[in-house]
Amino acid sequence: MHIKSKTYNNTLYVMLCGELDEHSATHTRLTLDETFSGRGFKQVIIDLSELDFMDSTGIGVLIGRYKRMKEKNIPIFIANPSTHAEKIFKMTGLYDIMPKIV
Amino acid sequence: MTNKNFMEVEFSSDSINEGFARGCVAAFCLQLNPSLDEISDIKTVVSEAVTNCVVHAYPKNRGTIKVRCEIEGRKIKIQISDGGVGIKDISAAKQPFFTTRASEERSGMGFTIMESFMDKMEVESNKAGGTVVTLYKELKANAKVAEGE
Repeated sequence: MHIKSKTYNNTLYVMLCGELDEHSATHTRLTLDETFSGRGFKQVIIDLSELDFMDSTGIGVLIGRYKRMKEKNIPIFIANPSTHAEKIFKMTGLYDIMPKIV
Repeated sequence: MTNKNFMEVEFSSDSINEGFARGCVAAFCLQLNPSLDEISDIKTVVSEAVTNCVVHAYPKNRGTIKVRCEIEGRKIKIQISDGGVGIKDISAAKQPFFTTRASEERSGMGFTIMESFMDKMEVESNKAGGTVVTLYKELKANAKVAEGE
């Protein structure tokens, strides 16, 4: 898992590249927490266009990040999910807390 | 004559082997020319089952995970088994969002996804040790050839 990020116009853009499963979960969690600890943004957009695979472990990672950012009143949005990621998001109700942006 | 085939692999309950396991089963199933959706579903359920073994079956020491995949015609049977601690309450474990490890940010959706993505799921667990998850799926006829897998 490789994670890219940049801040632009009060928005933190994060791109997850690779596979998000149990093996990559800890690295993903720690990297996102470090990235989210920065300042200068009022919302987060997680771009999944380069995410090749994700299972329910990824859902746990995303929900955990949502809880942390909720404490700061910073919303998180999902962008460019694959058809398969979208299937998992709809099943688990993730879009209820992290809406998809087009 | 109906096409029949099988494969079996064993590996250590190390999380790095999750990608190997799902890739291995997906590669084996490619002979049936599954659709991209079907192969994604298969990779996901294998990943879910193997993750359960890595996280729950062997919480302290590494053990062995066995994956067996059988095909007959367009029917696929995937069996993931371990010799770990077993599941105390299978009915509870199958419930959506159920997790014994909420503090670790577990979604508790593993069995729900396995059940939803496949046609049928069976879970057998022995309190003395060991769990066997069996997943069944019949691929659609005339599915497009999976590309890029």
